[in-house]
Amino acid sequence: MEHIRTTKVEQVKLLDRFSTSNKSLTGTLYLTATHLLFIDSSRRETWILHHHIAAVEKLPLTTSGCPLVIQCKNFRIVHFVVPRERDCHDVYNSLLQLSRTAKYEELYAFSYNPKQNESEQVKGWQLIDLAEEYKRMGVPNDYWQLSDANRDYKICETYPRDLYVPRTASKPIIVGSSKFRSKGRFPVLSYYHKDKKAAICRCSQPLSGFSARCLEDEHMLQAISKANPSNRYMYVMDTRPKLNAMANRAAGKGYENEDNYSNIRFQFVGIENIHVMRSSLQKLLEVSGTKGLSVNDFLSGLESSGWLRHIKAVLDAAVFLVKAIAVESASVLVHCSDGWDRTSQVCSLGALLLDSYYRTIKGFMVLIEKDWISFGHKFSDRCCQLDGDPKEISPVFTQFLESVWNLMEQFPQAFEYNEAFLLQIHEHVHSCQFGNFLGNCQKEREELKLKEKTYSLWPFLLDEQKKYQNPLYSPDFSPELTLLEPNTVSFNFKFWRNMYHQFDRSMHPRQSVYDLIMNMSEQNKQLEKDIKELEAKIKQKNGQPDAVILKEHQQSAHPAPVALKTPPCFKKEQPLIPVNDAVRTIEGSNTADNRYSEFMEEFSKAEPAVVSLEYGVARMTC
Amino acid sequence: MEFAELIKTPRADNAVLHGPRCPAVRGTLCLTGHHLIFSSRRKEGGEELWLLHANIDCVEKRFVGSLGTIVIKCKDLRIIQLDIPGMEECLNIASSIEALSTLDSITLMYPFFYRPMFEVVEDGWRSYLPEQEFELLSSVTDEWRLSCANKDFSVCPTYPPVVIIPKCIDDEALRKVAVFRYGGRFPVLSYYHKKNGMVMMRSSQPLTGTNGRRCKEDEKLINATLRPGKRGYIIDTRSLNVAQQARAKGGGFEQEVYYPQWRRIHKCIERFNILQESLIKLVEACNDQSHNMDRWLSKLEASNWLTHIKEILTAACLAAQCIDREGASVLVHGSDGTDSTLQVTSLAQIILDPRCRTIRGFEALVVREWLQAGHPFQLRCAQSAYSNTKQKWEAPVFLLFLDCVWQILRQFPCSFEFNEQFLIMLFEHAYASQFGTFLGNNENERSKLKLTQKTMSLWSWVNRSEELARFKNPLFEANSLVIWPSVAPQSLQLWEGVFLRWNRPSKFLDEAQEEVLNIINYNRELQAKVNALRRQLAELETDDRMQENLTLPVMNGVSSQAGNGLTQTSLKQLPSRSWQWEGEERRKK
Repeated sequence: MEHIRTTKVEQVKLLDRFSTSNKSLTGTLYLTATHLLFIDSSRRETWILHHHIAAVEKLPLTTSGCPLVIQCKNFRIVHFVVPRERDCHDVYNSLLQLSRTAKYEELYAFSYNPKQNESEQVKGWQLIDLAEEYKRMGVPNDYWQLSDANRDYKICETYPRDLYVPRTASKPIIVGSSKFRSKGRFPVLSYYHKDKKAAICRCSQPLSGFSARCLEDEHMLQAISKANPSNRYMYVMDTRPKLNAMANRAAGKGYENEDNYSNIRFQFVGIENIHVMRSSLQKLLEVSGTKGLSVNDFLSGLESSGWLRHIKAVLDAAVFLVKAIAVESASVLVHCSDGWDRTSQVCSLGALLLDSYYRTIKGFMVLIEKDWISFGHKFSDRCCQLDGDPKEISPVFTQFLESVWNLMEQFPQAFEYNEAFLLQIHEHVHSCQFGNFLGNCQKEREELKLKEKTYSLWPFLLDEQKKYQNPLYSPDFSPELTLLEPNTVSFNFKFWRNMYHQFDRSMHPRQSVYDLIMNMSEQNKQLEKDIKELEAKIKQKNGQPDAVILKEHQQSAHPAPVALKTPPCFKKEQPLIPVNDAVRTIEGSNTADNRYSEFMEEFSKAEPAVVSLEYGVARMTC
Repeated sequence: MEFAELIKTPRADNAVLHGPRCPAVRGTLCLTGHHLIFSSRRKEGGEELWLLHANIDCVEKRFVGSLGTIVIKCKDLRIIQLDIPGMEECLNIASSIEALSTLDSITLMYPFFYRPMFEVVEDGWRSYLPEQEFELLSSVTDEWRLSCANKDFSVCPTYPPVVIIPKCIDDEALRKVAVFRYGGRFPVLSYYHKKNGMVMMRSSQPLTGTNGRRCKEDEKLINATLRPGKRGYIIDTRSLNVAQQARAKGGGFEQEVYYPQWRRIHKCIERFNILQESLIKLVEACNDQSHNMDRWLSKLEASNWLTHIKEILTAACLAAQCIDREGASVLVHGSDGTDSTLQVTSLAQIILDPRCRTIRGFEALVVREWLQAGHPFQLRCAQSAYSNTKQKWEAPVFLLFLDCVWQILRQFPCSFEFNEQFLIMLFEHAYASQFGTFLGNNENERSKLKLTQKTMSLWSWVNRSEELARFKNPLFEANSLVIWPSVAPQSLQLWEGVFLRWNRPSKFLDEAQEEVLNIINYNRELQAKVNALRRQLAELETDDRMQENLTLPVMNGVSSQAGNGLTQTSLKQLPSRSWQWEGEERRKK
């Protein structure tokens, strides 16, 4: 609280982000300990969590006041104009302080109180049980076992305590191999394919330099390939571009030499590193945030940002992995440099393509817990939860969600969850409201006592799962859907408008078929219930229940002629299920949403004698 | 018969067909006067391909040994490949197809030979007559009249025989105005906005030339549409530069001095070969699946297709904005008034007028604003994206219009009675059809060809309930509002249903679409059933009560009252789809 210099500023203007004529709303700005709140004159509220703020910028003073631009991690951008410079300065400084947290304990999750009691809190954290998940996959079994090597985080600090390794990999092999791998991240099981008996394993790059080798590591890989009875050879996927991997050799790291490892097939797949991804997203946001953007500037910006190219590369890598397992029944070892960014992307997407369980709501939570949280994707660093090194920030997890979204677009019936689920998860990865994504690895999370001091996100999502259910989902609609084979031709990848313009309402379709269908399918469930109740009532009233129901069935096909005679009590009948008006609202019916009103404003001004060409263009391009 | 001469080899056995997205099939190829027929010998499924020669845009042949391969590229953008054993046979077939697909006489086209296999319930040629349109208009205003000055096409060869013009303009003045406008295309009524009585007119450019000619009758005609003290807007679909250059060739634009009550706005919508090039580049980009991401995006950009979409939509929004929000009348023209002008006027109507978003309303719009308005379909749609003969009058003007409609449809998926398939069907028939509707370049040519007698109208076929079922949008909700689409590049999308139709597997998307339909139908079924059950329950309850009350003498009065109450309430209880708009109306109040 000591950071808040001013709690309330009046007469603040909120500018429309894409308006060319500086259309705005006027209202009051409030600063609370956790949120920034703007209430406009029509009492509409805009809440912004301090943790969501990525950057605050004070622009040069203008005649109308002092502009303040706030960029959020969920891609919301708000542009305020504060009438007095001193107020603006105070808000600016307060936000700078509030959005930069130095200690984990100051994050929202540690003060957030959702009114759960202790046992609910504990149960919430137990909702996702990874031991259970490995059991579901079919391990331990004859080939794979749980290793206690990392019980105390002695071998690898960034791995979880419980790791599954081939039975033939003895402790000395594990220890030896971990010493030969960057950050000690030795090869472990990520996903086991029961039918094919093939495994997805993950690790970090080997410390091979130009010529170093490690017998234990070679044994380790051999153990993995031997743990697969259906295929002798295994794939080693280095998810980095070859050039990057080679450069790493100079630093004593590098990649596996095929000659030293028996029966491996080595493959680079060329996903760029976190720095390339960070600047790619930066460029993408610059382009999509441009006012009065032309189609060609948008497309060339999309191209030069490279963003969709990167998404395609990630998905292509996952497809490669899946082919190795599904077609060749070969196990695959995936790594990048440290094995916590690209490796997490590829392993989790691979599993998602192979196993329909991960396409359920619960399964997707499990997948994130397993391949991202437990295996030490550095959420804290990548999402800048604490004030730290800006070079560590990277949208690796966002790319994962975007890849999943692309799959949903191609397979609309294969996922139990919908786009809103992905967006909500993205929101909370950055919100620091729940404990799940805090910190960089499990060890750190245990030290922070997150399970006692914070709440888990998943039970909250499950509670409101109606919102996240895909009405078109059909779990057993065709057996081929167990394995998804996406088409990764370039034209299948689209700009994810609902992610990057989530808060720019004017850009979205004004009527959503999806929402409508979602409501309808919800309504159908209620109607089914009503029918049962009504039938029961009729049965009760009527001596011969069977005959009635039969009659009803015939009637239902032709509802029109039923209106023969009805008693006055009919009016007291409950109306049909209320339909959510919001779904039917046509926002576009208001020109203000489309900024055509600016054009109107222009009209009312004194008219110039000659209408210039630019006039129409400037006004009408939105 | 001429066709027999053109068909050098009518039949080839053991041919192999490689269609888009399906495995190769072996079978027999037959050529008839108007169709290429391929039937596989496999009994099950009995696959047969009937391809209209008119649909063939380009034929390519190549040989590997004695095995010839013919690649047929269609106007609907499909590409099929035929392997034909025997070099001579292959050459013969290729040249026959080429000759049959490029017949130069319209009267040899299929529509003149086509005999419908369905019962004609409604003659589509008479479905949308200007007289009917005028009747609708005269029920709301008496400021307009139907002029028959052009009944022999002498005033304007590209206009229909009857047009709607301001009442105060006599036919004599009309002739003078026609002389002042390019191609005789004087300003006529395109749309009357009932909400505020404002109108949209369209014409061609005025022939002001370099010395600024004027025409008092022209001024009078368009001023007749203005309310006292009000201004109007002229939307010129050319850039100011192009419009100025047109003066050198005798064309031009309305000068401020002579049209002081009008304000001119220039919007730049591209024409002719620029559009054709754009289509060719777009289709090329979509057909090459090997493109990496950068190349795909840069090709998509270089095609400029979406830029054209944005320009056209923007101009249409502007026109609609002037009429609905500004309360001003609008005159739209480019140079000829047969292309970009029609794109703007027809799209503005879709934005403004809910009627145009119904199936029949949209058909009427196509007839009124495209066919009768004299969009030269024959010239513009002679070839599509694959043709090697690039003629400067070929241009996908109508396809761009359909694409724009699709963009609006995507943004307002519940506001249209028709679905995407309906638009795709119109695209196909504009380029190749068994119906006469899109033949000819204007009503004048059509009447000379006696199309109404000799060919079948597309509308006769479409407007049958069997066909309509395919084209209906199950989510349609009559929406009386003006719908403003977003034209931000992030909101515009490539029309995959047309451009990627043959290039990507659509199985999963189709199945999902089907599931959407199932949910909607199931919902209707359940609603009907709930209503029926409620009624039955209520009936049982009254029966009970009636038995209780049987002794009361006023019984009759009660029951008749009840009957009245019913008609009202039961309407509400029925699964009427009007409920959705109640909220909207309430808010408006």
